Amino acid sequence: MVERKEKTQNRERGSREPDYGKIEKNAKARQRTASAATYVLLTFWGMIVLFPFYWMILTSVKSYSAYNSEYIPKFFTLSPTLQNYADAFTTVPLGRYLLNTTIFTVVTTAIMLVVITLAAFAFARLEFRGKNVVFVLFLSLMMIPNELVIITNFVTITNWDMRNTFPGLILPSVTSVFYIYLLKENFEQIPDSLYYAAKVDGTSDLKYLLKVMVPISKPTLITVTILKVIECWNSYVWPRLITDDPHYFLVSNGIQEIRENGFGRENIPAMMAAVVVISLPLIVLFLIFRNKIMEGVSRGGTKG
Amino acid sequence: MKKKWNSGSLKAWLYLLPAILFLGVFMVYPLIDVFVYSFEEGYNSASQTYYGVGTYNYSYVLHDPYFLQAVKNTFLLVIITVPLSTGIALLISVGLHSVTPLRNLFQTVYFLPYVTNTLAVGLVFMILFKKTAYSDGFINLLISWFGGSSVDFIDGPYWAKMFVLCFYTIWVVMPFKILILTGALSSVNQEYYNAARVDGTSKFRIFRRITLPMISPMIFYLVITGFIGAFKAYSDAVALFGTDLNAAGMNTIVGYVYDMLYGDSGGYPSYASAAAIILFAIVLTITCINLLASNKKVHY
Repeated sequence: MVERKEKTQNRERGSREPDYGKIEKNAKARQRTASAATYVLLTFWGMIVLFPFYWMILTSVKSYSAYNSEYIPKFFTLSPTLQNYADAFTTVPLGRYLLNTTIFTVVTTAIMLVVITLAAFAFARLEFRGKNVVFVLFLSLMMIPNELVIITNFVTITNWDMRNTFPGLILPSVTSVFYIYLLKENFEQIPDSLYYAAKVDGTSDLKYLLKVMVPISKPTLITVTILKVIECWNSYVWPRLITDDPHYFLVSNGIQEIRENGFGRENIPAMMAAVVVISLPLIVLFLIFRNKIMEGVSRGGTKG
Repeated sequence: MKKKWNSGSLKAWLYLLPAILFLGVFMVYPLIDVFVYSFEEGYNSASQTYYGVGTYNYSYVLHDPYFLQAVKNTFLLVIITVPLSTGIALLISVGLHSVTPLRNLFQTVYFLPYVTNTLAVGLVFMILFKKTAYSDGFINLLISWFGGSSVDFIDGPYWAKMFVLCFYTIWVVMPFKILILTGALSSVNQEYYNAARVDGTSKFRIFRRITLPMISPMIFYLVITGFIGAFKAYSDAVALFGTDLNAAGMNTIVGYVYDMLYGDSGGYPSYASAAAIILFAIVLTITCINLLASNKKVHY
């Protein structure tokens, strides 16, 4: 009886052995199918993301006549031309838009860095009465949407006669409560002993801030800078409200102006050349600082 | 001692001064002012005078067909894009998390829309979708390959325009969501997975019982920011349909606010303020509902 049972078991085991192989093979095949499906999905989305970029570059190197004679759009061109880029810079003031945006971005970011560093230092390092109350008040300002305050800001800047000027463009966007908060958290991680040591040596607060705290917090400052630069380069609503003189247009308004009045409505290749020129700086910046930017956005990004 | 304390205090306030000044002038004062504006009836921006105080601005805005159209558009946009973009982002992030080769390349590519100018790339989308006299455009070419008939997505029927707007919005918001979700997925403790695997749990079950609860706070964060972001949609629509959104019938609530403020139909800060406050009330309500719902569903 016992023997027979063992025998059956043996036989069962024996007959199962090849099954294990099969199961493993099946599992592997299934895994391979799953990973193939994953790659198909990932590639598909990658194509959706990249295709508009491909199309804008492609269109920008097609000649005007070639583009307009294609009733069915072609996916490549055999006679690329740079004429559209020349047109983009000569027919419309694209160079001026780029210059304006660069000035706007650099000045706004620079002033903002000074303002938030000073404020974060006060919150993180200095002692004063009402500090906690003020800090909570600051934080509560984070909840206020831009749409709510932009109306009065528009009226304020108009009353100050600052429409179509750089100060009018720049001033309302030189503070960010969120960045003050981010920087303050960073400053607070610097050990107190450094501060007291510096105090004993007779170092002033400002000097300590510049020589010790700012260098230590450089990664956070770079993150904040990059995020602000992206925001400035792409800003549209405020510049549109505050400028109606094309002399002060930033790239977003410039491209809208080009779309509605520049080149004549049909010159799409030249329009695409302008789009490429406008998009390129940030894409290059992104490819250089890829990790910094992605880390920064996941810490403090919005948009979406 | 007392004197020293005061001088230290004074110094701290000096450090804070620029921030307080800018925030005061461009955030606190406007916040109060916007409520004042919204209750001043018949405000004239040239002479800065008004007739009286009341709720007329709100009733005007709420009865304005353009505003109702904008509300309808915005709600449709929110209801379609928030679940879809979060869902697709989750799918892509899980896929991205399960492969190793090429992951960095995919991540880099997926992030590109974040650093592009919404207005500029929107123009490319317009060209892809637009049907003109001399070309049907790329999307209509695709449609004709599959045997459909061509549609003008930019100047055509309402559903087609809504489709482009939703598509472009999803394209724009995806990088942020993928970034956050891949970050959340890689921070799930590997030991949970190992334990589940020892127990022979199926992959789908692992996803539902371990992965999803572990990343639910992040999904929830994306849903809330997604709602807020989608309610403020504006520049995507401008990029696709031009600045005259009312004529295209594709205006959004934020677009309505700006149109009231400035431009050909502008000069009415009171109506703009009332509309902005209505928008803020809507967003606040939805966010509160989200927060309440999350207390039951989200695993912290």
